[in-house]
Amino acid sequence: MDRPKSISRRRILQAGTAGIVGAALPAAGQSPDQAARPKVPVDPTKVQGPLSTDVGARSPFERPKRLSLGERRTSSLTPLQDLDGIITPSDLHFERHHGGVPAIDPKQYSLLIHGMVDRPMVFTLDDLRRFPGKSMIRAMECSGNGGRVYRREGNQTDLTPQQIDGLTSTSEWTGVPLATLLREAGASPKATWFLAEGMDAAVMTRSIPIAKAWEDAMIAYGQNGEPLRPEQGYPVRLFLPGVEGNASVKWLRRIELADQPFMTREETAKYTDPLPDGTARIFSLDMDAKSLITEPSFPDKLTGPGWWEIRGIAWSGRGRITRVDISADNGRTWKPAKLDDPVLPKCHTRFRLPWEWKGGEAVIMSRATDETGYVQPTFDVLLAARGPSTAYHFNHIRAWKVMADGVVKFAGSGV
Amino acid sequence: MKGFFTKVLHDRSARGFFTIVLRGFCTIVLIVFCAAVAVAQKPLGIGRVATPDEIRKIDIDVMPDGRGLPDGKGTVAEGAKIYAAKCQSCHGANGIGGSAERLVDRESGKNWDFATNAKLVKTVGNYWPYATTLYDYTNRAMPFMQPGTLTPDETYSLVAYILALNKIVPEDAEMNRTTLPAVKMPSRDRFVIDNRKGGKIVK
Repeated sequence: MDRPKSISRRRILQAGTAGIVGAALPAAGQSPDQAARPKVPVDPTKVQGPLSTDVGARSPFERPKRLSLGERRTSSLTPLQDLDGIITPSDLHFERHHGGVPAIDPKQYSLLIHGMVDRPMVFTLDDLRRFPGKSMIRAMECSGNGGRVYRREGNQTDLTPQQIDGLTSTSEWTGVPLATLLREAGASPKATWFLAEGMDAAVMTRSIPIAKAWEDAMIAYGQNGEPLRPEQGYPVRLFLPGVEGNASVKWLRRIELADQPFMTREETAKYTDPLPDGTARIFSLDMDAKSLITEPSFPDKLTGPGWWEIRGIAWSGRGRITRVDISADNGRTWKPAKLDDPVLPKCHTRFRLPWEWKGGEAVIMSRATDETGYVQPTFDVLLAARGPSTAYHFNHIRAWKVMADGVVKFAGSGV
Repeated sequence: MKGFFTKVLHDRSARGFFTIVLRGFCTIVLIVFCAAVAVAQKPLGIGRVATPDEIRKIDIDVMPDGRGLPDGKGTVAEGAKIYAAKCQSCHGANGIGGSAERLVDRESGKNWDFATNAKLVKTVGNYWPYATTLYDYTNRAMPFMQPGTLTPDETYSLVAYILALNKIVPEDAEMNRTTLPAVKMPSRDRFVIDNRKGGKIVK
C-alpha cells in the first residue's frame, strides 16, 4: 500500500523543517521530499549507532500527529490511521478541553469528597496512590465524534479516519476505584448522583448517577504506565469506562454527593441529544457500538490488485465487541473479521480480514456487534431514530471506496 | 464426575440433597462476602477529614432547587451595564452576533425541531432547561478571559439581563436566591431520560 501519498509525505516534510538531527540539506537534483528524509548510513552494519538516551523518541521516519481543530484549538484528533493494535500512545490521545490545559503542581494537589457523606474527606495525590489500586485498558470516545460525517453525509470524500473519528482513544488507566473513596468517606445510601468538578479555567462539571461509582468509575492518576499527560488531566482525573468523554472530568478537584443531578451547563445546554419528536435525551452517557476501517482508508493508494488486509477498530461502551463483519461489496455480503486478543469490555478491539482486491471499484465497510446484541446501524436507521441535526452519538456504519486506480476515498455510509 | 452430576440431577431425592448442599454452600459464601464487605467498608484511615472552610472555598455549584446560591441580588438594568463592559465583546450586543455563543433567542426553536432543523441555534431562551444553570456557569467560567471574577451581585444581574433579553423575566425583575430557582424556563419539560439500553433496537 502506498501511504506517503499525502499524510506521511506532509509529515516528513514537517519533520525536516522541525530540524530532525541528521536531516540533510537539499542537494542538487533532490526533490524537497527526498532532501527532507532523515539521513541514515548506507549500511548500518558498518558503523556504530548512537548510544542510549534518557527519554526515547520515535524513529525520525515516523511522525504521527494529532490534528487540532478550531481557532481556539480546544480539541485535537488521534491519527487512527497511523496506529496498530489497540493502545493509543499517550501523546496521541485525543484532547478536548474548555478552558485550556491547566498547570497543576502535584504537591499542591488535593481531591475533596463531600456532600452526602459521613465524613467529608481530602485526599492528596500520595493518599490516592496509597489506596488499593487498579489498572484497566479502556477506550474513551467524545460523544461528538463522527458528527462531521453524520451532518454532511456523503458530501466529502477526502477525509481520513483521524478527521472522521479521531475523538476516540484507548489507554491503560491506573488509579483507585471511586467506590473505595466513597466508602472511605462513608457515602450515604440516599445519595443518587455525584458531581465531578475540574480545576481548569472552565471549572468543568458533570453529574453522574452514583451507580456508576459503585460499578467501575475510577479516580485515575496513571496512563499507559506513566502519570497522566497534562492534557489528559494531570495529576488526577475521573475516568468513566464506556461513557462519553466529557463526563470523565479532568484535573479533578471535587466530588459532591447529592440526591439529584446538578444540571450543569455541559449536561443541559450541550451534551443532550434532540430527537425528532421534539424532546431531547439528557444524561445520554453510554456510547453505543461502533467500528471503523483504518486501513485501507483515505489517502491510501493500493498499489495493485491482490491480497490486502482490511484492518480497523471496533468498540462499545456497553461491554465487549462480539463480532465485526466486513463487506467489500457495498453491504451486499458480509464476512466475519478476526478479532485480535485481547477483546476487552468498553475498549478498542482490533479486527482484521484478508481481502483479495480484484481491481475495479469496491466499497468496503465494517459493522460491529456488541454483547448486548446491538448491531452498528446504517446511516438511514440512525437518521430515522435521531433526525438530521441531532447532536452527539454518531455511530453509523462508515464506508471507503477503492477506485479502479487503487485510490481510496471516504464513501459516507456506503454508495 | 460428569456421570455423578447426571445421576444427581436425574434422581429426585439426590437432587433434594444436592439443593441442600448448594444452599449451605451459598450461605457460607454469603457470610464470607458480607464479612468482606464489612471489612471493606471500614475506613482505611487514608486522607483526612475536610474542614468546613476548605469545603466552602470551592463548593461553588448551584442546584436547580437553588441550593448553593449565595446571598446577593441583581437587576436587569444593572446587568445591561455589566454585560456591555464584560460580555458584549464576545457575545455581541443583546446576546446575538458575537464570536462566542449566541445567548438570546426564544422565538426560533419554539416548536423544538432541533433534531430536524439544522439552522436552529440553541440558546438560553429556547433550549436551557434550568435558570440556575445560567448562574452556575457564568459564575464558574465567565468572563472567558477572567473566569471566576464576578461577584454574586454581578452574576445575579447578568442572569437577570440574559433572561430578560430572552423574554423569560420582565424588565423590572430582580434575581436573588429565591426568585432565580422559581423561574421556569420554556424548555424545562422537553428533556427525557436516556432510553437506549443496547440490544437489537436502535433508538
